[in-house]
Amino acid sequence: MEFISFFSDIAMPLIILLIVIYGLIERNKVFDIFLDGAKEGIGVVVGIFPTLIGLFVAIGALRSSGILDFIVQIMTPILDIVKFPSEIMPLALIRPISGSSSIAVAVDIMKNFGVDSTFGLMASVIMGSTETTLYTIAVYTSAVGVKKTRFVLVASLLADFVGIVVSVVVCRIMSMNFS
Amino acid sequence: MLNIVWPIFIIISFIFAIFTGKLSELNASIFTSTEEAVKLCISLLGTICLWNGIMQIANKTTIINKLTKFLNPIMRFLFPDIKQDSDVHKEISMNIIANILGLGNAATPLGIKAMKSLQKQNKDKKVLSNSMATLIVLNTASIQIIPTTVIAIRNSLGSSNPTGIIFPVWIATICAAVIGIFFTKLFIKLGK
Repeated sequence: MEFISFFSDIAMPLIILLIVIYGLIERNKVFDIFLDGAKEGIGVVVGIFPTLIGLFVAIGALRSSGILDFIVQIMTPILDIVKFPSEIMPLALIRPISGSSSIAVAVDIMKNFGVDSTFGLMASVIMGSTETTLYTIAVYTSAVGVKKTRFVLVASLLADFVGIVVSVVVCRIMSMNFS
Repeated sequence: MLNIVWPIFIIISFIFAIFTGKLSELNASIFTSTEEAVKLCISLLGTICLWNGIMQIANKTTIINKLTKFLNPIMRFLFPDIKQDSDVHKEISMNIIANILGLGNAATPLGIKAMKSLQKQNKDKKVLSNSMATLIVLNTASIQIIPTTVIAIRNSLGSSNPTGIIFPVWIATICAAVIGIFFTKLFIKLGK
Protein backbone atom coordinates (compact mmCIF):
# COMPACT_ATOMS: atom_id res chain seq x y z
CA MET A 1 0.00 0.00 0.00
CA GLU A 2 2.89 2.34 0.76
CA PHE A 3 4.09 2.43 -2.82
CA ILE A 4 0.59 3.27 -4.03
CA SER A 5 0.54 6.46 -1.98
CA PHE A 6 4.15 7.11 -2.95
CA PHE A 7 3.31 7.08 -6.67
CA SER A 8 0.15 9.07 -6.07
CA ASP A 9 2.07 11.68 -4.07
CA ILE A 10 4.99 12.07 -6.43
CA ALA A 11 3.21 11.99 -9.83
CA MET A 12 1.93 15.56 -9.95
CA PRO A 13 4.99 17.41 -8.54
CA LEU A 14 7.30 15.29 -10.71
CA ILE A 15 5.45 16.07 -13.93
CA ILE A 16 5.31 19.79 -13.15
CA LEU A 17 9.06 19.74 -12.40
CA LEU A 18 9.94 17.84 -15.57
CA ILE A 19 7.86 20.07 -17.84
CA VAL A 20 9.22 23.29 -16.33
CA ILE A 21 12.83 22.04 -16.62
CA TYR A 22 12.20 20.86 -20.18
CA GLY A 23 10.75 24.26 -21.03
CA LEU A 24 13.85 25.95 -19.60
CA ILE A 25 16.21 23.66 -21.53
CA GLU A 26 14.49 24.67 -24.77
CA ARG A 27 14.89 28.32 -23.70
CA ASN A 28 11.22 29.21 -23.35
CA LYS A 29 9.81 32.07 -21.31
CA VAL A 30 8.14 29.52 -19.10
CA PHE A 31 6.21 31.87 -16.84
CA ASP A 32 4.72 33.89 -19.70
CA ILE A 33 3.61 30.67 -21.37
CA PHE A 34 2.24 29.44 -18.06
CA LEU A 35 0.15 32.59 -17.72
CA ASP A 36 -1.29 32.13 -21.21
CA GLY A 37 -2.36 28.60 -20.38
CA ALA A 38 -3.72 29.53 -16.95
CA LYS A 39 -5.82 32.26 -18.56
CA GLU A 40 -7.30 29.70 -20.91
CA GLY A 41 -8.14 27.61 -17.84
CA ILE A 42 -10.51 30.31 -16.65
CA GLY A 43 -12.42 29.99 -19.92
CA VAL A 44 -12.63 26.22 -19.49
CA VAL A 45 -14.22 26.53 -16.05
CA VAL A 46 -16.52 29.40 -17.05
CA GLY A 47 -17.56 27.31 -20.06
CA ILE A 48 -18.72 24.34 -17.98
CA PHE A 49 -20.33 26.47 -15.24
CA PRO A 50 -23.82 26.88 -16.79
CA THR A 51 -23.96 23.15 -17.58
CA LEU A 52 -22.98 22.27 -14.03
CA ILE A 53 -25.59 24.61 -12.52
CA GLY A 54 -28.34 22.97 -14.58
CA LEU A 55 -27.18 19.44 -13.87
CA PHE A 56 -26.50 19.96 -10.18
CA VAL A 57 -30.07 21.15 -9.72
CA ALA A 58 -31.42 18.16 -11.66
CA ILE A 59 -29.28 15.59 -9.80
CA GLY A 60 -30.00 17.35 -6.50
CA ALA A 61 -33.71 17.05 -7.26
CA LEU A 62 -33.33 13.33 -8.00
CA ARG A 63 -31.58 12.88 -4.65
CA SER A 64 -33.85 15.06 -2.48
CA SER A 65 -37.12 13.72 -3.94
CA GLY A 66 -35.99 10.25 -2.88
CA ILE A 67 -36.24 8.76 -6.36
CA LEU A 68 -32.50 8.12 -6.63
CA ASP A 69 -32.56 6.09 -3.41
CA PHE A 70 -35.69 4.35 -4.65
CA ILE A 71 -34.00 3.28 -7.89
CA VAL A 72 -30.90 2.22 -5.98
CA GLN A 73 -33.07 0.11 -3.67
CA ILE A 74 -34.74 -1.62 -6.59
CA MET A 75 -31.39 -2.41 -8.14
CA THR A 76 -29.70 -3.59 -4.94
CA PRO A 77 -30.94 -7.23 -4.98
CA ILE A 78 -29.84 -7.66 -8.60
CA LEU A 79 -26.49 -5.95 -8.10
CA ASP A 80 -25.86 -7.82 -4.84
CA ILE A 81 -25.67 -11.05 -6.83
CA VAL A 82 -22.64 -9.74 -8.70
CA LYS A 83 -21.38 -7.87 -5.60
CA PHE A 84 -21.56 -4.51 -7.35
CA PRO A 85 -22.37 -1.60 -5.00
CA SER A 86 -25.72 -0.13 -6.13
CA GLU A 87 -24.72 3.28 -4.72
CA ILE A 88 -22.24 3.58 -7.60
CA MET A 89 -24.66 2.37 -10.27
CA PRO A 90 -26.06 5.83 -11.22
CA LEU A 91 -22.52 6.99 -12.01
CA ALA A 92 -21.67 3.85 -13.97
CA LEU A 93 -24.79 4.35 -16.09
CA ILE A 94 -24.28 8.01 -16.91
CA ARG A 95 -20.47 8.06 -17.23
CA PRO A 96 -20.24 6.99 -20.91
CA ILE A 97 -23.14 9.26 -21.94
CA SER A 98 -22.45 12.72 -20.52
CA GLY A 99 -19.27 14.20 -19.06
CA SER A 100 -20.84 17.05 -17.11
CA SER A 101 -23.73 14.94 -15.78
CA SER A 102 -21.25 12.36 -14.53
CA ILE A 103 -19.34 15.11 -12.70
CA ALA A 104 -22.61 16.12 -11.02
CA VAL A 105 -23.44 12.50 -10.10
CA ALA A 106 -19.90 11.83 -8.84
CA VAL A 107 -19.95 14.97 -6.67
CA ASP A 108 -23.35 13.90 -5.34
CA ILE A 109 -21.95 10.49 -4.33
CA MET A 110 -18.83 12.01 -2.77
CA LYS A 111 -20.90 14.49 -0.74
CA ASN A 112 -23.47 11.95 0.32
CA PHE A 113 -21.07 9.22 1.48
CA GLY A 114 -17.92 11.27 2.12
CA VAL A 115 -15.18 12.03 -0.38
CA ASP A 116 -12.71 9.61 1.25
CA SER A 117 -15.26 6.88 1.95
CA THR A 118 -15.18 3.68 -0.09
CA PHE A 119 -17.97 4.92 -2.37
CA GLY A 120 -16.30 8.32 -2.64
CA LEU A 121 -13.06 6.66 -3.72
CA MET A 122 -14.91 4.46 -6.21
CA ALA A 123 -16.60 7.49 -7.75
CA SER A 124 -13.23 9.26 -7.99
CA VAL A 125 -11.43 6.35 -9.63
CA ILE A 126 -14.27 5.73 -12.08
CA MET A 127 -14.24 9.41 -13.08
CA GLY A 128 -10.46 9.38 -13.52
CA SER A 129 -10.19 6.16 -15.48
CA THR A 130 -13.04 6.45 -17.99
CA GLU A 131 -14.05 8.85 -20.75
CA THR A 132 -17.34 10.14 -22.08
CA THR A 133 -17.32 7.32 -24.61
CA LEU A 134 -20.37 8.28 -26.67
CA TYR A 135 -19.20 11.86 -27.03
CA THR A 136 -15.69 10.82 -28.09
CA ILE A 137 -17.03 8.40 -30.69
CA ALA A 138 -19.38 11.08 -32.02
CA VAL A 139 -16.59 13.68 -32.33
CA TYR A 140 -14.20 11.34 -34.13
CA THR A 141 -16.68 9.76 -36.53
CA SER A 142 -18.46 12.99 -37.43
CA ALA A 143 -15.09 14.62 -38.19
CA VAL A 144 -14.77 12.30 -41.18
CA GLY A 145 -18.48 11.86 -41.83
CA VAL A 146 -18.50 8.10 -41.27
CA LYS A 147 -21.78 6.56 -40.11
CA LYS A 148 -20.83 2.87 -40.01
CA THR A 149 -18.78 2.53 -36.85
CA ARG A 150 -18.58 -1.30 -36.83
CA PHE A 151 -17.63 -2.66 -33.39
CA VAL A 152 -16.28 0.61 -31.93
CA LEU A 153 -19.17 1.25 -29.53
CA VAL A 154 -19.21 -2.33 -28.25
CA ALA A 155 -15.44 -2.47 -27.71
CA SER A 156 -15.39 0.93 -25.98
CA LEU A 157 -18.31 0.12 -23.69
CA LEU A 158 -16.71 -3.23 -22.79
CA ALA A 159 -13.55 -1.31 -21.89
CA ASP A 160 -15.59 1.13 -19.76
CA PHE A 161 -17.32 -1.76 -18.04
CA VAL A 162 -13.99 -3.37 -17.15
CA GLY A 163 -12.61 0.00 -16.03
CA ILE A 164 -15.56 0.49 -13.69
CA VAL A 165 -15.38 -3.04 -12.27
CA VAL A 166 -11.62 -2.72 -11.68
CA SER A 167 -12.18 0.68 -10.00
CA VAL A 168 -14.68 -0.89 -7.61
CA VAL A 169 -12.40 -3.82 -6.79
CA VAL A 170 -9.27 -1.68 -6.30
CA CYS A 171 -11.12 0.75 -4.01
CA ARG A 172 -12.50 -2.14 -1.95
CA ILE A 173 -8.95 -3.42 -1.43
CA MET A 174 -7.70 0.10 -0.68
CA SER A 175 -10.29 0.90 1.97
CA MET A 176 -9.84 -2.51 3.58
CA ASN A 177 -6.21 -1.62 4.09
CA PHE A 178 -6.96 1.87 5.34
CA SER A 179 -9.44 0.82 7.97
CA MET B 1 -28.82 14.06 -25.30
CA LEU B 2 -29.17 16.37 -22.31
CA ASN B 3 -32.17 17.99 -23.97
CA ILE B 4 -33.98 14.74 -23.25
CA VAL B 5 -32.31 13.57 -20.03
CA TRP B 6 -32.39 16.89 -18.16
CA PRO B 7 -36.16 17.54 -18.38
CA ILE B 8 -36.85 13.89 -17.53
CA PHE B 9 -34.77 14.20 -14.35
CA ILE B 10 -36.65 17.33 -13.32
CA ILE B 11 -40.13 16.01 -14.12
CA ILE B 12 -39.77 12.62 -12.42
CA SER B 13 -38.16 14.22 -9.36
CA PHE B 14 -41.06 16.63 -9.02
CA ILE B 15 -43.73 13.95 -9.41
CA PHE B 16 -41.93 11.58 -7.05
CA ALA B 17 -41.54 14.35 -4.45
CA ILE B 18 -45.28 15.00 -4.49
CA PHE B 19 -46.08 11.34 -3.85
CA THR B 20 -43.49 10.93 -1.10
CA GLY B 21 -44.25 14.30 0.51
CA LYS B 22 -40.72 15.54 0.03
CA LEU B 23 -41.55 18.83 -1.64
CA SER B 24 -39.85 20.94 1.03
CA GLU B 25 -36.65 18.87 0.67
CA LEU B 26 -36.88 19.32 -3.09
CA ASN B 27 -37.32 23.05 -2.67
CA ALA B 28 -34.33 23.31 -0.36
CA SER B 29 -32.17 21.23 -2.68
CA ILE B 30 -32.65 23.65 -5.56
CA PHE B 31 -30.79 26.34 -3.65
CA THR B 32 -28.12 24.12 -2.12
CA SER B 33 -27.45 22.63 -5.57
CA THR B 34 -26.79 25.96 -7.24
CA GLU B 35 -24.57 26.93 -4.34
CA GLU B 36 -22.65 23.66 -4.65
CA ALA B 37 -22.12 24.23 -8.36
CA VAL B 38 -20.70 27.69 -7.67
CA LYS B 39 -18.41 26.38 -4.92
CA LEU B 40 -17.21 23.53 -7.10
CA CYS B 41 -16.42 25.83 -10.02
CA ILE B 42 -14.51 28.26 -7.83
CA SER B 43 -12.28 25.55 -6.42
CA LEU B 44 -11.96 23.85 -9.81
CA LEU B 45 -10.67 27.16 -11.11
CA GLY B 46 -7.44 26.88 -9.11
CA THR B 47 -6.40 23.38 -10.11
CA ILE B 48 -7.53 23.69 -13.71
CA CYS B 49 -5.77 27.01 -14.30
CA LEU B 50 -2.57 25.68 -12.75
CA TRP B 51 -2.66 22.53 -14.83
CA ASN B 52 -3.60 24.34 -18.02
CA GLY B 53 -0.62 26.65 -17.50
CA ILE B 54 1.80 23.76 -16.97
CA MET B 55 0.42 21.95 -20.00
CA GLN B 56 0.75 25.07 -22.10
CA ILE B 57 4.49 24.90 -21.39
CA ALA B 58 4.51 21.24 -22.46
CA ASN B 59 2.66 22.24 -25.64
CA LYS B 60 5.26 24.85 -26.54
CA THR B 61 8.18 22.43 -26.18
CA THR B 62 9.03 19.43 -28.34
CA ILE B 63 8.25 17.08 -25.44
CA ILE B 64 5.25 15.46 -27.18
CA ASN B 65 7.34 14.83 -30.26
CA LYS B 66 10.20 13.33 -28.25
CA LEU B 67 7.93 11.04 -26.27
CA THR B 68 6.34 9.58 -29.41
CA LYS B 69 9.51 7.51 -29.96
CA PHE B 70 8.69 5.38 -26.93
CA LEU B 71 5.41 4.47 -28.59
CA ASN B 72 6.94 2.97 -31.74
CA PRO B 73 6.92 -0.68 -30.60
CA ILE B 74 3.31 -0.40 -29.39
CA MET B 75 2.30 1.46 -32.54
CA ARG B 76 3.45 -1.42 -34.70
CA PHE B 77 1.16 -3.74 -32.77
CA LEU B 78 -1.80 -1.35 -32.60
CA PHE B 79 -1.66 -0.04 -36.17
CA PRO B 80 -0.06 -2.71 -38.38
CA ASP B 81 -1.44 -1.01 -41.52
CA ILE B 82 0.41 2.25 -40.93
CA LYS B 83 3.96 2.84 -42.11
CA GLN B 84 6.43 4.21 -39.64
CA ASP B 85 7.72 7.73 -40.46
CA SER B 86 4.49 8.54 -42.27
CA ASP B 87 2.54 11.66 -41.25
CA VAL B 88 -0.39 9.62 -39.99
CA HIS B 89 1.95 7.61 -37.78
CA LYS B 90 3.21 10.84 -36.24
CA GLU B 91 -0.27 12.30 -35.78
CA ILE B 92 -1.55 9.19 -34.04
CA SER B 93 1.47 8.93 -31.73
CA MET B 94 1.15 12.59 -30.83
CA ASN B 95 -2.56 12.15 -30.14
CA ILE B 96 -1.80 9.27 -27.76
CA ILE B 97 0.98 11.14 -25.95
CA ALA B 98 -1.18 14.28 -25.62
CA ASN B 99 -3.93 12.13 -24.11
CA ILE B 100 -1.55 10.50 -21.65
CA LEU B 101 -0.23 13.89 -20.55
CA GLY B 102 -3.81 15.09 -20.15
CA LEU B 103 -3.51 17.70 -22.92
CA GLY B 104 -7.13 17.45 -23.95
CA ASN B 105 -6.95 20.66 -25.98
CA ALA B 106 -4.08 19.32 -28.05
CA ALA B 107 -5.18 15.70 -28.22
CA THR B 108 -8.55 16.17 -29.91
CA PRO B 109 -7.33 18.29 -32.88
CA LEU B 110 -4.43 15.86 -33.40
CA GLY B 111 -6.81 12.92 -33.27
CA ILE B 112 -9.19 14.50 -35.76
CA LYS B 113 -6.27 15.29 -38.06
CA ALA B 114 -5.21 11.65 -37.86
CA MET B 115 -8.78 10.54 -38.60
CA LYS B 116 -8.85 12.71 -41.72
CA SER B 117 -5.51 11.35 -42.94
CA LEU B 118 -6.74 7.80 -42.30
CA GLN B 119 -9.94 8.53 -44.20
CA LYS B 120 -7.85 9.44 -47.26
CA GLN B 121 -6.32 5.95 -47.24
CA ASN B 122 -9.63 4.32 -46.38
CA LYS B 123 -11.02 2.12 -49.15
CA ASP B 124 -14.69 2.35 -48.18
CA LYS B 125 -15.31 5.96 -47.12
CA LYS B 126 -18.60 5.08 -45.42
CA VAL B 127 -17.10 2.51 -43.03
CA LEU B 128 -14.36 2.97 -40.43
CA SER B 129 -11.07 1.29 -41.36
CA ASN B 130 -9.32 -0.96 -38.83
CA SER B 131 -6.85 1.78 -37.90
CA MET B 132 -9.62 4.36 -37.49
CA ALA B 133 -11.58 2.05 -35.22
CA THR B 134 -8.48 1.35 -33.11
CA LEU B 135 -7.74 5.07 -32.80
CA ILE B 136 -11.26 5.82 -31.55
CA VAL B 137 -11.24 2.96 -29.03
CA LEU B 138 -7.89 4.21 -27.72
CA ASN B 139 -9.31 7.71 -27.32
CA THR B 140 -12.36 6.47 -25.42
CA ALA B 141 -10.05 4.63 -22.99
CA SER B 142 -8.62 7.91 -21.60
CA ILE B 143 -5.18 6.77 -20.49
CA GLN B 144 -4.01 9.69 -18.39
CA ILE B 145 -1.13 10.11 -15.96
CA ILE B 146 -2.82 12.82 -13.88
CA PRO B 147 -6.63 12.78 -13.65
CA THR B 148 -6.74 16.54 -13.00
CA THR B 149 -10.48 17.12 -12.90
CA VAL B 150 -11.09 14.42 -10.29
CA ILE B 151 -8.23 15.70 -8.16
CA ALA B 152 -9.70 19.21 -8.36
CA ILE B 153 -13.15 17.91 -7.36
CA ARG B 154 -11.72 15.89 -4.45
CA ASN B 155 -9.76 18.92 -3.34
CA SER B 156 -12.88 21.10 -3.41
CA LEU B 157 -14.81 18.59 -1.31
CA GLY B 158 -12.14 18.66 1.39
CA SER B 159 -10.50 15.28 0.81
CA SER B 160 -7.62 14.50 3.18
CA ASN B 161 -5.67 13.10 0.20
CA PRO B 162 -6.95 14.45 -3.14
CA THR B 163 -4.19 12.81 -5.20
CA GLY B 164 -4.50 9.47 -3.40
CA ILE B 165 -6.49 8.03 -6.27
CA ILE B 166 -3.81 8.48 -8.95
CA PHE B 167 -2.34 4.99 -8.72
CA PRO B 168 -5.73 3.21 -8.56
CA VAL B 169 -6.77 5.25 -11.61
CA TRP B 170 -3.71 3.98 -13.48
CA ILE B 171 -4.61 0.38 -12.70
CA ALA B 172 -8.24 0.81 -13.78
CA THR B 173 -7.46 2.80 -16.92
CA ILE B 174 -4.78 0.37 -18.11
CA CYS B 175 -7.09 -2.61 -17.58
CA ALA B 176 -9.82 -0.80 -19.53
CA ALA B 177 -7.47 0.10 -22.38
CA VAL B 178 -6.11 -3.46 -22.63
CA ILE B 179 -9.64 -4.87 -22.80
CA GLY B 180 -10.67 -2.25 -25.37
CA ILE B 181 -7.72 -3.14 -27.58
CA PHE B 182 -8.22 -6.86 -27.03
CA PHE B 183 -11.80 -6.68 -28.30
CA THR B 184 -10.82 -4.36 -31.14
CA LYS B 185 -8.22 -6.88 -32.34
CA LEU B 186 -10.67 -9.73 -31.83
CA PHE B 187 -13.46 -8.04 -33.81
CA ILE B 188 -11.01 -7.21 -36.60
CA LYS B 189 -9.87 -10.87 -36.70
CA LEU B 190 -13.50 -12.00 -36.84
CA GLY B 191 -13.97 -9.64 -39.77
CA LYS B 192 -16.66 -7.54 -38.11
